[in-house]
Amino acid sequence: MAEDQVRSGWPLYEVFLRGKRGLNHVHVGSLHAADPQMALRHARDLYTRRNEGVSIWVVAAADITASSPDEKDPFFAPSGDKVYRHPTFYRIPADVPHM
Amino acid sequence: MAEDEFSVYQSLSEETEDHRWAFGTGFTDPLEGIDPSVPDGTDAQALAAYCLMLGDDALIYSHRLQQWMTRMPELEEETALANIALDLLGQARMLLSRAGQAEGRGRDEDRLAFFRDEHEFRNVRLAERTDADFAELAAGLLVFSAWRLALFGRLASSADPVLAAIAAKGARELAYHRDYAAQWVIRLGDGTPLSHGKMQAALGALWPLVDELFQPDPVTAALPGVAADPAGLRAEVDAVLDAVLAAATLNRPDGAPMARVAGQAGRDGVHTEAFGYLLAELQSVARAHPDATW
Amino acid sequence: MLTMVPKTGPEGMVAMTAHPEDGLPEDGTGQLQAHFDETIERGRRIEPRDWMPDAYRSTVIRQIAQHAHSEIIGMQPEGNWITRAPSLRRKAILIAKVQDEAGHGMYLYSAAETLGADRADLTDKLLNGRQKYSSIFNYPTLTYADVGVIGWLVDGAAICNQVPLCRSSYGPYARAMVRICKEESFHQRQGFELLLTMMRGSAAQRAMVQDATNRFWWPSLMMFGPPDDQSPHTAQSMAWGIKRHTNDELRQRFVDMTVPQADKLGVTLPDPELKWNAERGHYDFGSVDWDEFMAVVKGNGPCNAQRMARRRAAHEEGAWVREAAAAYAAKHPLRRGEAA
Repeated sequence: MAEDQVRSGWPLYEVFLRGKRGLNHVHVGSLHAADPQMALRHARDLYTRRNEGVSIWVVAAADITASSPDEKDPFFAPSGDKVYRHPTFYRIPADVPHM
Repeated sequence: MAEDEFSVYQSLSEETEDHRWAFGTGFTDPLEGIDPSVPDGTDAQALAAYCLMLGDDALIYSHRLQQWMTRMPELEEETALANIALDLLGQARMLLSRAGQAEGRGRDEDRLAFFRDEHEFRNVRLAERTDADFAELAAGLLVFSAWRLALFGRLASSADPVLAAIAAKGARELAYHRDYAAQWVIRLGDGTPLSHGKMQAALGALWPLVDELFQPDPVTAALPGVAADPAGLRAEVDAVLDAVLAAATLNRPDGAPMARVAGQAGRDGVHTEAFGYLLAELQSVARAHPDATW
Repeated sequence: MLTMVPKTGPEGMVAMTAHPEDGLPEDGTGQLQAHFDETIERGRRIEPRDWMPDAYRSTVIRQIAQHAHSEIIGMQPEGNWITRAPSLRRKAILIAKVQDEAGHGMYLYSAAETLGADRADLTDKLLNGRQKYSSIFNYPTLTYADVGVIGWLVDGAAICNQVPLCRSSYGPYARAMVRICKEESFHQRQGFELLLTMMRGSAAQRAMVQDATNRFWWPSLMMFGPPDDQSPHTAQSMAWGIKRHTNDELRQRFVDMTVPQADKLGVTLPDPELKWNAERGHYDFGSVDWDEFMAVVKGNGPCNAQRMARRRAAHEEGAWVREAAAAYAAKHPLRRGEAA
């Protein structure tokens, strides 16, 4: 089956919401979708229960660049790292050993 | 064991009136402030029959969607499906209640849903189909919601204020359903060769039941200004379907309409063989305890 | 200088571990461990990008994943009664509840993925038996009253387990639990309300509730897991802050909360040894049949095969749909920033 060959069929999207009375978008979680438009619909269903007046951002997790919260720790390179070191962001065929 | 975390539990058990979601959705009653009496000059029994037609369409379609729960191809689709099933169930409840009001025999939504027999249900036969696969789910929902949205668009200006309010609210929901279905028809039509084949076959399987949606009926004819003429919806629905099918790289089927039985079909209470089993499932517990409160 | 290198863990996922290069002091990892320990000690949160021991990461992934699987599988026993719900209002409530459970599963998979797990991989592990789900869902729902009893007892037990997890040391899990707990308390209230209505109804309804209670009471107690003296992992989990109370503590708490609720309903809990112990300040209760528990956990419960078959069928039969959506997305890359 094709899906076994490539692990990331439906990539991960992070979801950010700003409520009606909110001042800024807040990260609420993630979901899987085939494309950004589907991700938006799913985010509306899953994280807002189709509440009106809520602003939704969906961002492919692979596009997020983040700093380390522990900047003062000398053992971490300061900033520019990927936020989640997910194996899902690497399209690795299933039969490659030790991956 | 610290008490503080379980006091969190206590505070979680706050009173709420919202029976749908734990967090309120700003769910307001669309019928608040609307005069429930049947408008002057409107045939009350015809209005009741009309509301049953529209209510049964939604009730039965929702039932078929409910049967898809835990079977959807991805978890996110479970949430979307449940939304649609809930919306249609909500429309059914309001329409059945309106039917009972207009009829004036003291029948409420539950008495109508659970204690009518097969021949008393007025849904179109498209609503009672079982989907053989997800392609049929998408195709069926596209046709049904495009049709119902066109209908509700007309009914928002119905002379019956209750019907108009139900239609106004329902139209927003149906636009969402139609969009959901259209997205899937397009993705599957223009996805893989396998999905294209399945989607084309799905359209072919349900096409014979489309014509019935636009047929005239005596109840509608008895409600000028209140009901909407089904034939008048065809152009709008065709335009939507043509646009979606084109984007999906699918061909419009050209099969013949499914014949009637002694000239009768869903609107006359003459259904398919599947319908008896559907009602048996839907009504079994309620009928086993006919006088119980739940 | 320490380099971060990928290391494959037991679940097949990649962990980033500090690896000392030649000639450097080996207490690099020791400092990271100390920082981790201090974070736990202070009751602070471990967040996705923090260093954590491999065993903590794999244990938390497994705990969250099994919780997620439980929510998804849990949709089935309750979903069993949606189409037959005896009033339209009850039908709507039940659809909303089962939908919530799908949502909870997704919040939890999302939390597991912050640790480097992949949802499709976790699903595979569920389907091939390498990860489990709560044993309660291997029991059948045989009457409509079971819906109410599940809301009352099963959601009640889940809440007992879950409220403390709102203080889990792993941040994303704790936050998911807060959201889930709010929704679950609503579910429990709905279940209890249905039972109250039925107990004030006909003799047949009352008998139905009593019968459902008789079938679900002991399995609900089993939801808290084996007795403390047979739970070797408890100590480490508590040291890591991913478990806040022992199985027996939570089980006792559940019994103490539930007995008065049963009295209010007018149902008898099927345990002749259930009795208030003034000295202890708790209810004494009888022995759980741990043989039954082990049999169900091993796969021989009444519904194990059926639950797995349904989940497997949905996943496998849905593959062509998921592939088609991915194929369409590849053919039609959207310009970023377009609204739906």
